[in-house]
Amino acid sequence: MHTYGMPTAVKPRNRRRTGGLPLLHQRRRSSVAITSSVTMAAALRGSLVTLVKGLSGPRWQQLASRPLSVSAALCGPEAPPARADATFKVTMVPGDGVGPELMTAVKEVFKAGDVPVEFEEFHLSEVQNMASDEKLEQVLTSMKTNKVAMKGKIHTPMEFKGELASYEMRLRRKLDLFANVVHVNSLPGYSTRHNNLDLVIIREQTEGEYSSLEHESVTGVIECLKIITRDKSRRIAKFAFDYATKKGRSKVTAVHKANIMKLGDGLFLQSCAEIAQLYPKIKYETIIIDNCCMQLVQNPYQFDVLVMPNLYGNIIDNLAAGLVGGAGVVPGESYSAEYAVFETGARHPFAQAVGRNIANPTAMLLSAANMLRHLNLEYHSQMVSDAVKRVIKQGKVRTGDLGGYATSDEFTRAVIANLAV
Amino acid sequence: MHTYGMPTAVKPRNRRRTGGLPLLHQRRRSSVAITSSVTMAAALRGSLVTLVKGLSGPRWQQLASRPLSVSAALCGPEAPPARADATFKVTMVPGDGVGPELMTAVKEVFKAGDVPVEFEEFHLSEVQNMASDEKLEQVLTSMKTNKVAMKGKIHTPMEFKGELASYEMRLRRKLDLFANVVHVNSLPGYSTRHNNLDLVIIREQTEGEYSSLEHESVTGVIECLKIITRDKSRRIAKFAFDYATKKGRSKVTAVHKANIMKLGDGLFLQSCAEIAQLYPKIKYETIIIDNCCMQLVQNPYQFDVLVMPNLYGNIIDNLAAGLVGGAGVVPGESYSAEYAVFETGARHPFAQAVGRNIANPTAMLLSAANMLRHLNLEYHSQMVSDAVKRVIKQGKVRTRDLGGYSTTGDFVRAVVENLRHQPVN
Repeated sequence: MHTYGMPTAVKPRNRRRTGGLPLLHQRRRSSVAITSSVTMAAALRGSLVTLVKGLSGPRWQQLASRPLSVSAALCGPEAPPARADATFKVTMVPGDGVGPELMTAVKEVFKAGDVPVEFEEFHLSEVQNMASDEKLEQVLTSMKTNKVAMKGKIHTPMEFKGELASYEMRLRRKLDLFANVVHVNSLPGYSTRHNNLDLVIIREQTEGEYSSLEHESVTGVIECLKIITRDKSRRIAKFAFDYATKKGRSKVTAVHKANIMKLGDGLFLQSCAEIAQLYPKIKYETIIIDNCCMQLVQNPYQFDVLVMPNLYGNIIDNLAAGLVGGAGVVPGESYSAEYAVFETGARHPFAQAVGRNIANPTAMLLSAANMLRHLNLEYHSQMVSDAVKRVIKQGKVRTGDLGGYATSDEFTRAVIANLAV
Repeated sequence: MHTYGMPTAVKPRNRRRTGGLPLLHQRRRSSVAITSSVTMAAALRGSLVTLVKGLSGPRWQQLASRPLSVSAALCGPEAPPARADATFKVTMVPGDGVGPELMTAVKEVFKAGDVPVEFEEFHLSEVQNMASDEKLEQVLTSMKTNKVAMKGKIHTPMEFKGELASYEMRLRRKLDLFANVVHVNSLPGYSTRHNNLDLVIIREQTEGEYSSLEHESVTGVIECLKIITRDKSRRIAKFAFDYATKKGRSKVTAVHKANIMKLGDGLFLQSCAEIAQLYPKIKYETIIIDNCCMQLVQNPYQFDVLVMPNLYGNIIDNLAAGLVGGAGVVPGESYSAEYAVFETGARHPFAQAVGRNIANPTAMLLSAANMLRHLNLEYHSQMVSDAVKRVIKQGKVRTRDLGGYSTTGDFVRAVVENLRHQPVN
């Protein structure tokens, strides 16, 4: 069970096997949980109470809502469930390009697997002119209610249409989705030039080079601002070390270019180093971005968890995705203090594949499995991810990017067939 | 013969075989050559006369100095040679880390091969506190005289010592070394996960993210400025297309992140597109940096020549170096309108290898061979690069980064051995 940020003492002991459906009332009790956990955290972490408070993950509401003195098995439901059908509501934004096709695959698999998740769809798209501020507000409201979302890539048009920040960036900023986690795992049965990889790439995604602050100071000269702040650098560093602790990882490597951007990336490095001192069990290293790219290509096994600012994260995400098979196989998620958004690791709309039924739904299905695990539907999560991995391992049904000839539909049907096993 | 930027009609026809030593007086006649070439270029290129004038390469002085009406074979030396010993003077800055060891390797190979090049050494180093403004001036004066240099990596210390721009960046800016060219070629006989690669990566290296303009506007908030200008973007795009034309390449791909940095990288893309229209024979494509990295890892054969701003160039240089074997095997050079500096492709001081005699001199030796070709010492250039490639192909003597156990000294001795086996023309 993955409980982000929660100290181990608060893990519930007698969790009733309700077939994967947690008690719905647990999702509402947030305030009590956060206070008790924070006091414990304050004792553990000293002066970083404010940071920890800001980092209370969504699962604290779900799992830590019971008072510590009451055993779960002894009490009945403390309040009638909010909805009678006892399903989870998840916001879904299919996005552009192959996003809708991938989301269809996810819905089909969920339907076949009787997964108790209901999707609220919103079609927000900048290139298809289906975006406006009201729509963005609707999406945000829905996400704030549901707290969990699945998302495709909302494509940013290349032309400058008067607004420097794209919808996707505005979505991220309004929800404060500061951490992007990409799981780079080699798929069993599909061999690339680098096998048995197991990396986690954590990227700060609200500041850095994506500040959208550009201006033409003199004709023909453009200045782009890259912003690095101490607070956000500390926050992402703390997230990275907490994540590494929770998943039992041994090393965190900070990626930077501080020899050139001495103040900017120097501040990022300094923040990482400060946070690293609080985690003596986890090894902390730094590496310059150019050397990191070279090492990833030559010997990626030396890395474990990587943490970095925005642009380097984008580059390394895609590089690492290329190492294990491309944009179609790597899942990723974005976290804020309250919300979690699940998407693919390498975010591309893949517009040239629209309508041709050739996109690989693996990444989106694995991400959906991660989402189910986040919702504590452990059984269903394992079911979906095992089915996907079994199909890939068997190797009979593979989409074009993995060297096969199957269509997306065939792949989805194969996954559904393997669900029943 | 590689004559950067020179229109084909000006190629000298009767080049006397002087054993690789060009007539020294040709190196001084610049003004006549540039005017005549520019007039021709203006007729060919229309409104980009100013750009072409600014791009007169160093070889124009060496080769285009003869008036077009006079055949080279008919006229004797037009002025007595400036030096009696007829060697080339090249500035050498060993730099930090393993730089000095690699330069020693180059000097040994040159001595064994009787290469007519004399090095003027300058030890400029920021981390060893051997750097100062006067020293930088000395290096610059020497380079402006010699016009050709070999350089190791001058390491930039991580700590902020009061000066945001490192010595290496200042050197580049003062000499206006705007173009960095890295040749990513697979070595025959050494197989990696990607074989038979042949890429050229052209990187703008005077602006972009390396502007050294940073400041702390509010406590805890740092702003770094990335500057993109139309002139420099056009200049590097023109360089890239000229280079592709000269080397017979078919495609130029611009790498950018214009979906996020719409104005900045948008300007870069716009400049590249404008220049691409002047070269109808060369295919022009664009790709976003993240997709480019993924494609380089999965299928690098789709690329030919890549052109990009500063930071992406740094990343892609190193990524591509990793594809063919690492920082020890990839040569690179930096060009300005008047100067050429030869160095390794992936610039790392590799401080942990200092004194241990394990660094791989391949990159520096191949770069030295490129330098000899730039000086028109074609015979010696071929000799050095063939020797290096033969040693690697044989596979008996390999340094640690290529999976062997030899030391730098062993490798250099093997290269020297193979130099002697050249058949005499």
